[in-house]
Amino acid sequence: MSGIRVLVGTRKGAFTLTADGRRRSWRVEGPHFAGWEIFHLKGSPARPDRIYASQSTGWFGQLIQRSDDGGRSWEPVGNEFRYAGVPGTHQWYDGTPHPWEFARVWHLEPSLHDPDTVYAGVEDAALFRSSDGGKTWQELSGLREHGSGPSWQPGAGGMCLHTILLDPADPRRIFTAISSAGAFRSDDAGETWRPINRGLVSPQIPDPTAEVGHCVHRIAMHPSRPNVLFMQKHWDVMRSDDAGESWREVSGGLPSDFGFPIEVHAHEPDTIYVVPIKSDSEHYPPDGRLRVYRSRSGGNEWEPLAKGLPQEHCYVNVLRDAMAVDALDPCGVYFGTTGGQVYASCDAGDRWDAIVRDLPPVLSVEVQTLP
Amino acid sequence: MIRVVLPPHLRTLAGVSGEVELEVEGAVTQRSLLGALEGRYPMLRGTIRDHATGRRRPFVRFFACQQDLSHEAPDAPLPEAVARGSEPFVVLGALAGG
Repeated sequence: MSGIRVLVGTRKGAFTLTADGRRRSWRVEGPHFAGWEIFHLKGSPARPDRIYASQSTGWFGQLIQRSDDGGRSWEPVGNEFRYAGVPGTHQWYDGTPHPWEFARVWHLEPSLHDPDTVYAGVEDAALFRSSDGGKTWQELSGLREHGSGPSWQPGAGGMCLHTILLDPADPRRIFTAISSAGAFRSDDAGETWRPINRGLVSPQIPDPTAEVGHCVHRIAMHPSRPNVLFMQKHWDVMRSDDAGESWREVSGGLPSDFGFPIEVHAHEPDTIYVVPIKSDSEHYPPDGRLRVYRSRSGGNEWEPLAKGLPQEHCYVNVLRDAMAVDALDPCGVYFGTTGGQVYASCDAGDRWDAIVRDLPPVLSVEVQTLP
Repeated sequence: MIRVVLPPHLRTLAGVSGEVELEVEGAVTQRSLLGALEGRYPMLRGTIRDHATGRRRPFVRFFACQQDLSHEAPDAPLPEAVARGSEPFVVLGALAGG
């Protein structure tokens, strides 16, 4: 029988949650790296027991940990993220030029085919790649240096490159997203980049339709249809049917179109999930009711999914990397909250149960479907 | 033998318990001591001082002999008691947070 391994990054360590294919009984292990912030963990699709983890603290900086046994043991690998050349400046919160400074790794994206190749999205925003299992890292500087970099500004959480999508149909195509610069695409394996933000409208910036400057929170794609992208922006849920060349709003009847994560059903490319949050200044669910919203039509028509979720006095948030799906049928959907709960649905969102309730604030959730 | 006390997170990372003892070639300074420490425990590289600049990370402190040596020049000699091994060189995380 197949199994599920949920990789949970929290403010104070990493946890693994495992179950067999029935997904009824869960084993919770951790904390790994107790006391450290684990922004993200992700397993290699090519070798699932190879897992990479981003470990950091404000005191001792960034580490990258690697496991080759599914998270039972770990070894620190390379943690030197040096920008290529003289990195220059981006804009600071007050509009003044600010030198590019490495802060942390927000997201790790292992190659679809090579367990030793992994991409890292970092703050201050840049994309790095390792081809030796994380021992050494090289910046793909064409992104930062494509031209608009000096105008990028940090979002409230820092100027982070948080989304990396590898196109399964075209190994040379990579999508990234940066808060708050926008979405970018490379068609040559990361050498050159261009913004793909046409159609985004952000009244919070001087030119609401500018080429860059949009606070994109998350982008998701279904692997069978990589030209269709779904985006949760600072406000607005957006969709592109042409690999980001243009975007249209699909927020439809959501109670709020502000939020962080967005995810796609494993078997239904037009079924998508968001977690509406009240506003940019009130990062909690509307009316204190935690509801996932599902669209089965690729947006605009949304239904609330509340069964099993707290429907009063709930003021948690779900961060951008804290939602994922498994590949079983029916599709499992998982998300973690800033209140330390990890919820799972074994029926594509119809009903939810908490796997665990009292972890440290959850920063990221990834799911592996094991043979 | 130079004695070094690491904070708990770095002891865990390095896989050591208690004090670390190091041989340091030549003059005993912050730079030579940290170089010897990182040579013995490469996983500590980047956690105490920045990879690129070699500067102490902002929330790391160096104490010895009841003195805060954090702001001393990296090539300044450390106290004789540290060089002799009668007092440890203490690396610790600054008081920060709640």
